[in-house]
Amino acid sequence: MANWVWFHRLASAPSFYRTAGKLQWWFGVPAAVLMAYGLYGGLFLAPADYQQGEAFRIIYVHVPSAWLSLFVYTSMAVAGAVALIWRMKLAEIYVTAAAPLGASFTALALITGMLWGKPMWGTYWVWDARLTSELILLFLYLGVMALGGAWDDPRRGARAASVLAVVGVINVPIVHYSVEWWNSLHQGPTVTKFDQPSIAAEMLWPLLAMALGFTLYFAAVQCTRMRAALVDRERDARWLKQAWGKA
Amino acid sequence: MNEFFAMGGYGLYVWPCFALTAIVLILNVILPRAQHAALRREIEAEWLEDA
Repeated sequence: MANWVWFHRLASAPSFYRTAGKLQWWFGVPAAVLMAYGLYGGLFLAPADYQQGEAFRIIYVHVPSAWLSLFVYTSMAVAGAVALIWRMKLAEIYVTAAAPLGASFTALALITGMLWGKPMWGTYWVWDARLTSELILLFLYLGVMALGGAWDDPRRGARAASVLAVVGVINVPIVHYSVEWWNSLHQGPTVTKFDQPSIAAEMLWPLLAMALGFTLYFAAVQCTRMRAALVDRERDARWLKQAWGKA
Repeated sequence: MNEFFAMGGYGLYVWPCFALTAIVLILNVILPRAQHAALRREIEAEWLEDA
């Protein structure tokens, strides 16, 4: 199975450590460029919204955070399934390393949403389907983090965390479709109506740049976090000496 | 310039969103890098003791 060679190579600790060390820059630098453009475009190029005025600019941090809150959880569920089925160590590390990042994005989505809701809806919070399911998403992340650290043996913790990551993924489509399935103060989808997005191009491009920039940012930081977690787990392994030029 | 920071009267809502996001994103870059560096120092010190 020659075409699986790259996979086994990447899945081995020393080559993952080396590859992720390079990837964090290959993801991180484009992420910084895209986010710089998105920030400039969102604050200076995009016109004020005809209904929401300048307050709509919160979209440039709110939507990318909310997108990542769902994307990271979904990726954790996939990695969690791989960890449970194939006992793959790097997949376990993926789950526990991603959870604090996902929790950060979810908290940002919630807080920026509240700061947007106050002037637009007249309230910071309503217990409607979108806001409640996003809050549950935050608790799921916190649960994955708690389980990951609840055993002295990190592999047992990672496996328990993986189970919750897989089971909890049911909440992701609920968050996404909540504004269509239930009545909500939250506005419906704007960008994902690909046939005709209901947003002007000067507003849309910086938003797409931010969303892609946030995604690459996550990939970069996830590489860094997984490297640190791998070192912590394999502190006695001989490959570390080679990786750090001490062999 | 003042007009820009006023954000049409929504500055008190817009700027905290951008500032908080910036802080969280920067911390998420710095903290894991610092953790990795600290681990490396710790492990290399153990090697020196063993040698």
